[in-house]
Amino acid sequence: MSGDPFSLWVYLSQSPLLWLTVTLLVYAITDAISTWTHRHPFANPVLHSMWIIGAFLKLTNTSYTTYFGGAQFVHFLLGPATVALAVPLYENRKVVASAILPMLVALAAGSVTAVASVVLLAEAVGLPREVVLSMAPKSVTAGVAMGISESLHADPSLTAVAVILTGIMGAITVTPLMNRMGITDYRARGFAVGIAAHGIGTARAFQVDAVAGVFAGIAMSLNALVTSLLVPLAVTFLLR
Amino acid sequence: MIASLSLILLCQLAGEAMVRGIGVPMPGPVIGLMFLLVLLLLRDRFAVLARGPLQGDGVESTSRGLLANLSLLFVPAGVGVVQKLDLIVDHGVAFLGVLAISVLITLLVTVGTFIVASRLMTREEDRP
Repeated sequence: MSGDPFSLWVYLSQSPLLWLTVTLLVYAITDAISTWTHRHPFANPVLHSMWIIGAFLKLTNTSYTTYFGGAQFVHFLLGPATVALAVPLYENRKVVASAILPMLVALAAGSVTAVASVVLLAEAVGLPREVVLSMAPKSVTAGVAMGISESLHADPSLTAVAVILTGIMGAITVTPLMNRMGITDYRARGFAVGIAAHGIGTARAFQVDAVAGVFAGIAMSLNALVTSLLVPLAVTFLLR
Repeated sequence: MIASLSLILLCQLAGEAMVRGIGVPMPGPVIGLMFLLVLLLLRDRFAVLARGPLQGDGVESTSRGLLANLSLLFVPAGVGVVQKLDLIVDHGVAFLGVLAISVLITLLVTVGTFIVASRLMTREEDRP
């Protein structure tokens, strides 16, 4: 290794260490700002981390594959975090058990609305058929949504974009919307954001209230199941 | 903490094995969630199980730590979206507008249904 700063950069920019550090550092800063603004909806740490890191990659001409070499260690933890949802679920089991019926009814109404509204609206504004199909599963977690999109012969990468944007929009709008509507039932608020905005909404719910987080987690998991059955049905009925 | 993390990974591993092995139509981590939940419930019933990560807030505090930073875990996928901005630009404002309106409608319908159903249920219970 020579003392040339450029060759040092070339070396570091190819190593997972740099990109893992960047991910954690940018998140630590955006999360600190979010805490400092008392979790203001627009100070969403996912939103701000992703554009800051995205801009940095663009400026340094780094490919997403290289970035992901470092970021994959963080991405991997999504699985264990899903398992970890068992703990708040266990701690709030009495609240959850007493709300089984409202959850099932809201799950049915919410998943149908999530799919039908996006398909009908996208058709109404005249988006091309492939785009409409790619948007249909946007309210479920990215992995599941991309699988659904693939089975419809749509574009999974456009689906991933729709999923992440939906999550961020849900996470930003849920608190002001619910406050304005005067809804103080955190079970209902959490459940709604879990249905509409999957994991990113659930992460927001955990920032606001533990019970909201639990209900969001349940809603997200159930919605993933229902939506994979629902989307093919909706597509046959709503589009011809 | 390492023991607790191992337990969480073990649950996920068992979940993934079940998904691949028997073809359960569910994501592996969700099955793992159920395994961990059952373990926690069994621990309260059978004192023998209360050891290692299953005693003294072990797996609980590790899980809370993971969930407290749930937002971080979506950053790598989010950065992928920034790389695909051209896809959004291609389809323009309509794409963003449709998603935003759909999110709002979904939030309102779900929260409304939940609250109405839960009120109907408590009224049913209050009846003499």
